[in-house]
This record gives sequence, C-alpha cells and structure tokens, in this order.
Amino acid sequence: MSDYRLELRNVSKSFGEVQSLRNVNFQVGQNEVVGLLGDNGAGKSTLIKIITGYHRPDSGELFFNGEKVENLTVPKARALGVETVYQERALAEQQSLWRNIFIGRELRTRLGFLDVKKMREETNRLMLESMGFTSAAVSPDSIIGTFSGGEKQGVAIVRALYFEAELIILDEPTMGLALKETHKLLDFVRQIKKAGKSAIFIDHNVFHVYEVADRVVVLDRGSVAGEFMTKDITLNDLMHKMYLVAQTGSLEEPVEEMIGDEAE
Amino acid sequence: MVSHAEERLPEKSKGQQLTGDSLARFAQKNASQLGIIGVFIILWLFYFFAAPETFRSSDIYAAFMLSVPFFGIVALPLTMLIIAGEIDLSFPSIMAIGTITFIEVFDITGNVWLSFFACLLAGFGVGALNGLIVVKIGIPSLIATIGTQFFWRGMVLVVREGRSAVLVEPKNSALGDLLVGKINNFWPAQVIWFLFIAIVVWFLLNRHVFGAHVYLIGDNENSARLMGINVGRTKIILFGIVGVTAAFAGLLSSLQVANFFSTLGEGHLMTTLASVFLGGTSVFGGVGSVLGTFIASFIIGSINGGIVAVGLTGFYTQLIYGLIITASVAMHTILRKRLG
Repeated sequence: MSDYRLELRNVSKSFGEVQSLRNVNFQVGQNEVVGLLGDNGAGKSTLIKIITGYHRPDSGELFFNGEKVENLTVPKARALGVETVYQERALAEQQSLWRNIFIGRELRTRLGFLDVKKMREETNRLMLESMGFTSAAVSPDSIIGTFSGGEKQGVAIVRALYFEAELIILDEPTMGLALKETHKLLDFVRQIKKAGKSAIFIDHNVFHVYEVADRVVVLDRGSVAGEFMTKDITLNDLMHKMYLVAQTGSLEEPVEEMIGDEAE
Repeated sequence: MVSHAEERLPEKSKGQQLTGDSLARFAQKNASQLGIIGVFIILWLFYFFAAPETFRSSDIYAAFMLSVPFFGIVALPLTMLIIAGEIDLSFPSIMAIGTITFIEVFDITGNVWLSFFACLLAGFGVGALNGLIVVKIGIPSLIATIGTQFFWRGMVLVVREGRSAVLVEPKNSALGDLLVGKINNFWPAQVIWFLFIAIVVWFLLNRHVFGAHVYLIGDNENSARLMGINVGRTKIILFGIVGVTAAFAGLLSSLQVANFFSTLGEGHLMTTLASVFLGGTSVFGGVGSVLGTFIASFIIGSINGGIVAVGLTGFYTQLIYGLIITASVAMHTILRKRLG
C-alpha cells in the first residue's frame, strides 16, 4: 500500500489571468487528518475542487493510493472514496431529507428507476442511528429547508459517511455553527481518524484546525508556504506564523539587521 | 415558528393522535395539490349548479377531453423544465415546425408513419437546439426561446409561404385513428395520450434518476454540479422532450381539424404556461407537480366553455381566466410560505 492516500504533484491552475495554484505539492497520509489553512484567495477552494474532480488542473499529477489518475471527474472521485462535506451550501433546501442523502447516488432498480422505498428506509435508519433526530416531526420526507443549521450539517456529514468514504473533505464546516454544534463536528473529525480514514479539514479558525489535525498545511497566494506537524508546534507559534504569512507572504521572521541595513 | 411548536406537541399522546397526525402531515406535504383539486371541485360545482342542463350531459365533457390535450400535453414536460429552473417560450412554433415536417415528408414519401417519426424527430431536434443555446452559450432560456420562437415561426412561414394544408388523407389513415380517433365513439384518443404522457412524465419526474436530478438542478444548481450531476446534459434532454411533445401536440391539433394553418400553436402559449403555474409549479424552480399541471389544464380548458354555458357572454372569459389564475397562484405562494 502506498504511503499516501492522496498525492498532488506540481499542480497548477489558472482562471483567466488569475493563477490560483502554482506548482502545489500536497499529500494526505493513509490515516491522517490534514488541516488546510490560508487566507481568502489562498487557493484552498481551488485545491479542494481539483481533488473532488470539479476542476481539472492545468498541469501536474494526481495520485490516489499511489496510482496516477487522469481526467478526474466528480463521480470518479466519489468512486475513489472522496466525499466532501460542503455543509449546508450543497443541500437542496426544497427537497426531502431522503432525496438529499442520496443526491447524485440514488439507489436505483433496473432502467434507472428510483428505489424510493429502500432510500426512505435507509434514511430513517440513519436518522435514528447517526443524525440524532428523534422528534416525531422529522421524517425521511421532511423538507430540509425547515431544519436548523446544526441539523443540516448533520445531514451533510451523514451523507458523506453513508457512502464509506476513505477521504473526507470538510470545507469550512464550522462556519455559522453554534458552540455545541462545533464541538460535535470536531468529535466527528476525531472519529474519522479512529476509523482509520483520512480527512482534509479546511477552516479559517486556527483553533479548530489545530485541535484535530495531525499536520497543518499553510497555503498562501496559490503556493504552499509551509507545513507543520501539530505535535511539533505550539498553537501560539502557529498563530504567529499565520500572522506573518498574512503580513509578509513568508513564514520566517524578517531578519532584524537586514531591515536595519535597508533603513540606512 | 408557531406551527413548528404545534407540530411537536403530539409526541406525548402519540397513540390517539397518530392517525390525525399523519393525516395532517399528508395534507401539509400535498397542500398545493390538494389546493388545486379544491379549486377544480369548486369550479365544477359552480358550473354544475349554474348550468345543470349542460353539465349533466356528457357532451361538454367530451368537448373538454377533445380540446384540453392540445395544450395540456406540452404543459406536462414544460412542468419538468420549469422545475429545473428553465423555461421554453418557443413551443408554439415547434408545434408548427413538427407539422410542416410531417407535411413535407408525407408529400415526398406518402408514408404516414415515416412522416410521423420525422415530425417527432424535428421536434426533438429543435427543442434540443434550444437547450444547446441555453447551456453552451449561456443565454437565459427566457430570452433564448423568445428568439427561437420567432426564428422557427419565420421558418414555417418561409417554407410554406404562408399556405395552409389539407390533412384529410393522414387523418383517415391508421395513424389518424391512433392519434385523434374516437374510442367507443366517445373517448377522444388524444385524452388517452394526455393521460398516458402524464403518467410517463410523473414516473420520470418522481421515480426516476432523471427526475431526481431535475428537482436538484432547479433547487440548487451549484450543489448539483458539486455532487457530480451532468447539469448541461440534463437540461438539453429536457428541452428536447418539450420539443418532441410540442411537435406531437401540434400534429394532434392539425389532424383533429384535418388542416394545417401556419399560425398553429400561437393561441397556446399563455394557456400552457398558465396550466403549469396554476398547477403549483414554482417559477423559481425546485418545486412542482405533474398532477397539479394535469388538473390545472382542465381548469384552464373548461373556463371558456363553462362561462358560455352558465349564461355569461364570451367577453367574460379573460376576466375569469385572470381571476382564477391570479387567485390560485396566490394560494400556492401563501401555502408555500406558511409551510416552507
């Protein structure tokens, strides 16, 4: 088995004039939670969308379990075990719970007809076992738009888990969540680790990432600015480095004498 | 907020309230459809008591069954297209394109079946072309199909040089019997086709992967793309299906009167769209029902005849149209707000 569940080599991607990613090398280990940090426009979303097959890179290579993958598409990435929790942004608000759980992977019988009965049953089971919905007011036919933010998040997560994902991508999952719901989410990331799976955790919040990630990768203006094992760096140091990157584009402290020289 | 709290109350006394509870949930889930069925029944009762003579006889129902399918058949796939967040205003022209294709191929080959097939193919092609323009170039469908509506109507006028055509021979063929014949000397074949297409579209929309993607695209197109659904292809197929049914309905309409006029379909634009929206389909996409459209077609189709039968003059037709359409769409919107 390869060391890496996922590896990106020299990946670049531009949108018109804007170079979103520049020669990015990025890896996720077989049972590793990688935190992806970076400011707005650092390229986090682009990187994720390349991994999920939504965008195709202009150059560079992708490897899943050591095997090179060409022309990755969303269904192909999902077949390779990549699931993404886009939080509520990727839920269909006016549709029922069961339809949301099975978006794009509907259980079907011959000729593409939906196995509605099976999907309702599975949704009911997931509701009771994994989502913690016990209220009589919620059924597989409930419309998602009536749920709270935390409930919607639960749906997005359970959807990722149901399909036995190997690599779960969490794209800013704590955005807009209450404190209690955030805790639940971090617990969920720890469970991914315990279950022997991998995850990429993207967040603006350094505290959340530091708490659950094995390794942190910092992106800045389309390039990898640096990476740290969380066990080797204190939260304070990490925060300081993030601040430096935002200010100077470099993780290293500008050398004092140099500045002195220039001033003279 | 209030309704949410009320919903959760029955938890304590589950046993006794279970039937009432599930009944309420059923009513809530299908509020729009029940609403439009209500409108239908009220309207029928009104007709029945205002003009019992006419509405006790089967003639008026035979007349409705004859005329409603001409626009109702297109309203069915149009419902799917609107659920997906798109619209097609060019279908009246596609109705005419289908029939002139039939006429031209029939002139050459003399074979009704081949001509029928060519008619459907032309409808699908012109419809799918709408889809290509919308998906590949990115013109909003409202605008794109205003353009193609003129273009294809113009094509009909140029090809036919404005001439009408007599379709007596095809009407008296086996194809004519199949499409617009009478079963037991009473049931018009087109109403059977209407029902058949309604059932097919219902299954496609509610029990097929295709329909699941239609709902999702209309609800949250971005999500559909993220989840790996081929949004472009689904839309092009939808436009194609609207095209093929428009050509079919146009041919039914022409065969019924054994005549083709180059204005074929022009009167159907508003009635067809009204049937879709009256049936509870949201112009914003993501929500809609085939049953609603089916019933609404009969409501729309009955107004003209109904008004005359109850003793009002034809001048009232548009007034009542406007009243019923506006009131029903308001009903759907209010129901959706309260339940959403």
